[in-house]
Amino acid sequence: MADEVTLLDLWSSPFAMRVRIALAEKGIEYESKEEDLSNKSALLLKMNPVHKQIPVLIHKGRPVCESLIIVQYIDEVWRDKSPLLLPSHPYDRANARFWADFVDKKIYPTGKLVWGAAGEVQEAAKKELVGCFKLLERELGDKPYFGGEKLGFVDVSLIPFYSWFYALETCGNFSIIVECPKLVAWAKRCMEKESVSKSLPDQYKIYCFLMELKRKFDAK
Amino acid sequence: MEEVKLLGTWASAFSYRVLWALKLKGVQYEYVEEDLFNKSELLLRCNPVHKKIPVLIHGGKPIAESAVILEYIEEIWPQNPLLPQDPYERTLARFWIKFGEDKFPIFYKFFHSVGEEQVKATKEAKELLKVIEEHGLGEKKYFGGDNIGLTDIAYGWIACWLGVLAEAAGVQLLDAESFPKLQAWADRFKEVPLIKDNLPDPDQMLNYFKLRREQLVASATS
Repeated sequence: MADEVTLLDLWSSPFAMRVRIALAEKGIEYESKEEDLSNKSALLLKMNPVHKQIPVLIHKGRPVCESLIIVQYIDEVWRDKSPLLLPSHPYDRANARFWADFVDKKIYPTGKLVWGAAGEVQEAAKKELVGCFKLLERELGDKPYFGGEKLGFVDVSLIPFYSWFYALETCGNFSIIVECPKLVAWAKRCMEKESVSKSLPDQYKIYCFLMELKRKFDAK
Repeated sequence: MEEVKLLGTWASAFSYRVLWALKLKGVQYEYVEEDLFNKSELLLRCNPVHKKIPVLIHGGKPIAESAVILEYIEEIWPQNPLLPQDPYERTLARFWIKFGEDKFPIFYKFFHSVGEEQVKATKEAKELLKVIEEHGLGEKKYFGGDNIGLTDIAYGWIACWLGVLAEAAGVQLLDAESFPKLQAWADRFKEVPLIKDNLPDPDQMLNYFKLRREQLVASATS
């Protein structure tokens, strides 16, 4: 029932995109409430008093915060709805959690420096980001998805950052397809799925948004 | 029974998280002390991405990142459950484990800094302790409820390491007056028999962290 599930959402957030993808993969109906982070709603402040951040999934009136925790919750509560995003074997689950954690620890902060910083800091971040992408390519191997034959937890964790690619390439002055062709092939494969293509905004739109964010930050 | 090996270091709270979880589950394991200034070939092979401890090796297969290891232990050895069964309650446990992970570098800054920066870092650390106490622990006996769980294990560093780190750095952080509930939890946690019997020697810890602090201050002020 749509009134049971609400997502406090933000079109540009890679973390919110993860949740949108997971909900779409499971075919779960929900209400999306777009937040304005410069004017946070009373509902957001009530549901996530600790971080005051999106995404927040509200299920039967109770909030779940932190995108990867939300995705795991969705997988557990709707485990009768395929696909299962996390693998069934504990070792494979640990491996999936490790790489999703890697995306959070490395891709997000390093990516931010590539589109947000300049000079030596940006150059160093670019090198590190390419290194991280190559590690992910190695982990992917010959599989169509990180989840194997189907989209899984790591795919959902990483694919939102594909929406950053135009911004990363333009600001960092490099080509991701040249550096990491397998990763780009994987991303395009993911984008063929409606759950992903409908959850990710256009890359140019994201570029403009990130540049506006950068302008505001630099102005402070 | 497949072989279980833990690569850790004696003074690391992250190492002890895994040790405590294994002990609480009654799992037999071999402990290997790593020298972080001279990392073993085994460590580098088992955690090539981060090259850090702790690493759990189960039946020859490595698992890295303590929070990931804790969930693995919980799933492989379901006896004495350390996470709630209910999916919603599990999200709360995971939220607080992640909060501690994410905030740890901010928290730890008081140990690395000097002067004004240390004053600011100490204030920030206290604010984080307040959030953990009010929102995470609340009125519960343990983070896990009536019994300790993975969240208590993940915050074990507050109970067992924070005092030593603060003393070595010359600051005051956790005290009963400012944080009555958190202090009470810390005292309770340290009395849990399997925890009490598995703690690094406090004098050794203080000496070690005093030395680390001296080294950090020397490089910060040079």
